[in-house]
Amino acid sequence: MKTTIHVNGEARSLDLDPRTTLLDALREHLKLTGSKKGCDHGQCGACTVLVNGVRINSCLSLAVMHDGDAVTTIEGVGTPEHLHPIQTAFLTHDAYQCGYCTPGQICSTIGMLSELSAGAPSQETPPGAAPVLSDAEIRERMSGNICRCSAYPQIVAAIKDAAKVMA
Amino acid sequence: MSSVHDWTPNNPVKENRSGLIGKPVDRYEGPLKVTGTAPYAYEVQPPSPPAYGVMVGAAIAAGRITGVDIAEAEATPGVLVVWTHLNAPPQAPRGTKAHPRSSAGSRPALESDRIFFFGQPVALVVGETLEAATAGAHRVKLTYAADTPDVDFRASLDRAVSPSGEEDIEVGDFVRGFTSSPIQVDETWETPIQNHCQMEPCASTVWFEGEKCIAHTSIQMVKPAQHGLAETLGLPRDDVHLLTRYIGGGFGGKGQTYDDLILAALAAKALGRPVKVAYTRQQMMHGTIHRPATVMQVRLGAEKDGRLNAFSMMTWTHCHREGNFTEHASNFARALYAAPNRLTGHRLVKLDLPGAGPMRAPGEASGTLALECAMDELAEKLGLDPVELRIRNEPETDPENGRPFSMRQLVRCLREGAQQFGWDRRLPTPGLVREGRWLVGMGMATAIRGNFLLPAKCSFTVDADGVITVRQGMTDIGTGTYTVLAQIAAETLGVPLGHVKVEIGDSEFPPAPGSGGQFGAATAGSAALAAGQNLRTAIAELATGDEASPLFGGRPVDVTFQDGVIAIENRSETLASLISRAAPEGLTVEGEIKPAQDAREWSQQTYGGHYCEVGVDPVTGEVRVRRMLGVFAAGRILNAKTARSQLTGGMIWGIGSALTEGNAVDTRYGSLINQDLAQYLAPVQADIGDLDAIMLDEVDDKANPMGVKGVGELGNSGAGAAVANAIYNACGVRVRDYPITPDKLLAGLIAKGL
Repeated sequence: MKTTIHVNGEARSLDLDPRTTLLDALREHLKLTGSKKGCDHGQCGACTVLVNGVRINSCLSLAVMHDGDAVTTIEGVGTPEHLHPIQTAFLTHDAYQCGYCTPGQICSTIGMLSELSAGAPSQETPPGAAPVLSDAEIRERMSGNICRCSAYPQIVAAIKDAAKVMA
Repeated sequence: MSSVHDWTPNNPVKENRSGLIGKPVDRYEGPLKVTGTAPYAYEVQPPSPPAYGVMVGAAIAAGRITGVDIAEAEATPGVLVVWTHLNAPPQAPRGTKAHPRSSAGSRPALESDRIFFFGQPVALVVGETLEAATAGAHRVKLTYAADTPDVDFRASLDRAVSPSGEEDIEVGDFVRGFTSSPIQVDETWETPIQNHCQMEPCASTVWFEGEKCIAHTSIQMVKPAQHGLAETLGLPRDDVHLLTRYIGGGFGGKGQTYDDLILAALAAKALGRPVKVAYTRQQMMHGTIHRPATVMQVRLGAEKDGRLNAFSMMTWTHCHREGNFTEHASNFARALYAAPNRLTGHRLVKLDLPGAGPMRAPGEASGTLALECAMDELAEKLGLDPVELRIRNEPETDPENGRPFSMRQLVRCLREGAQQFGWDRRLPTPGLVREGRWLVGMGMATAIRGNFLLPAKCSFTVDADGVITVRQGMTDIGTGTYTVLAQIAAETLGVPLGHVKVEIGDSEFPPAPGSGGQFGAATAGSAALAAGQNLRTAIAELATGDEASPLFGGRPVDVTFQDGVIAIENRSETLASLISRAAPEGLTVEGEIKPAQDAREWSQQTYGGHYCEVGVDPVTGEVRVRRMLGVFAAGRILNAKTARSQLTGGMIWGIGSALTEGNAVDTRYGSLINQDLAQYLAPVQADIGDLDAIMLDEVDDKANPMGVKGVGELGNSGAGAAVANAIYNACGVRVRDYPITPDKLLAGLIAKGL
């Protein structure tokens, strides 16, 4: 099926098997292998990308459902020469070890910060209050991204640091 | 004879003139990892479009395949190849070592009709696309003659026997010592099967260039993978070029290869095009090794002052029917606490379960969950602080064999941790601290893990730009190998970090044992130091023998290396100017490390103390880890940042072991119940409270020329016991069957009327 997806600001026209997930379209067809396949079942978060600014598990979505959508992958966030502040913070806080969950963590952070600034509450948000970027909020909102190396404390520190830089 | 005393002379790492050793520098490969541009095995772009292989797992745990119908699979659009044991390409018989020095033998896939474990790969479908291959795999029809699987570990303890070649170790007379002790603890702990759950499932991308097999795979140890693949395919070893540049987690589970590598290579050969094969997450749970379950009995006999008179730890565990792996959960205890009468050993039963194997802190991770809780129980019986109990049983020398410790700062770790954590605020009587709905408690435990050094080589090249390239058949599984090798190279040659390139994970580089057992940094790094020292000598000789150099005529030993400049007193030139003039093609030397033959005359360990504060909800049985601190002594730390990450990661593994992780066996089918990351509960962000690790200053000159030990396993050792002990302190309930899930805790809470 013919599908056009705007990936990292560029219109990419694809002729895809309808069974192809968005994750596999990115990895196998567009060679954007920064989005990782950790479970293929929406359980680990390694495949997190932003679709029209909202974070999703790209393994749980078929590519042909995203005709016309704007998709941002880790490759669209920054490059080794020009890191996004969140990438810089992950680097300086050592918020990763093996690096396999890291692109998903970073894309998830971008989505999470915009959800938070839009006032979307989480389980940690007191009823009626606007959410603030506390450790508890970060931990709750980032729990869909598993890091088996368990860089969790470093990820919290990196996100707080990056949020300050971005503010 | 090589000796640890050979390591006494000064060297650039010890001198640390640039201060790079120990410095918390960012990861060398970090910019690639945070931008998603580090290619893992499945992501390497082959020279032509790859075909995709998907494996099919056996639906029984023991028995035979009696019928194969691949017609529908083969007819699936886009399917190129369907293989079962009936039509798979020939491979060398299992275990073949055509080359006598191969570090691994043949490991054929789709070997026969016999099924040895549930999920064993029994078919491969290769397609033009992943979707086609997946659809084909669903259409492979196999029928089985299933034997009743022998998989019930708890029901098999009576027939467990000492592992082959092993005997119990008794010092003194344990039974007499135990029965005559006024204070006794005799309890049994159980731990479940655990899965590694590396974020990157095992995967391989393989193609052929002429006769040469180019294999990218995700593996902790390069040489056995290269040799095993060559032996299986019947190729000369040099015709397999095995690469593993980035590895999405290992934790012991990628210490061996699996069928993805063999099948990708066979299919690439047969199809004449690159082939990629990956395990699915579900296949990972059965198809790769796991940490086996244990039953551990600990008996402690103490005098009233807390001194241990008798100590015993016996472990029952299981491995695969055809395997011989033993979870040596009693081993670490042999070097831990003083007691004149000691008995330790293991019992192993072979089952029709998937392969048991090493998982982060093999032995210690399970064993400390028993012994360190037993010590907590003993402290309570004695009315003694748990920290003080450990200090009172601190041995002067290795308590089993009397060998001196190379370095032992356990007591300092415990004291420092107690002070920094605020241990003095702990109330010894459980259940007294309540904050809102939470009962709050503190627990502690000791960490210990042995130290090892293995043989390794490394090469250093300096080029005409003065850039140093480190090459080694070593791996980085997230441990920080790239980074510490760069630090050692920069420090040794006196160049900025930015002038060092590190290339690892390649079978054509000088061999190193890989990542495992927390021997990686010490082993690979010591070889790198040797290579660096040899390159210094070569450069010094080149400069002092080169008439065009300002250093000409000087003594090579007087040459200094700093900031990319070589000098003898006030005569100097840049490294780049020397090499570009005198060796424009560059200069390459190798270095090597071998274990000292007398190294085992010392008991070599790494140590630590864990402190944990938990909240227990007495209504739901929910446990929250509020705070956790580990203090560790592990030799010279090469990189304070990556070492801390290793330690905190290990501590979080301990939290998982204590609270959530475990797999259960469906004894009807011999399968594991939890088959994905929604069911197997590895810790997530919300499970972790404030958590930190501190490293004490230490240099262990018996360990290796750098005085470095390891931290990869140490953080995990004891961490879960600290959590369990904190739970008891919070609510007065001991659960000795891990993980301590709410259902188990609630039973105790209800019994106590809480």
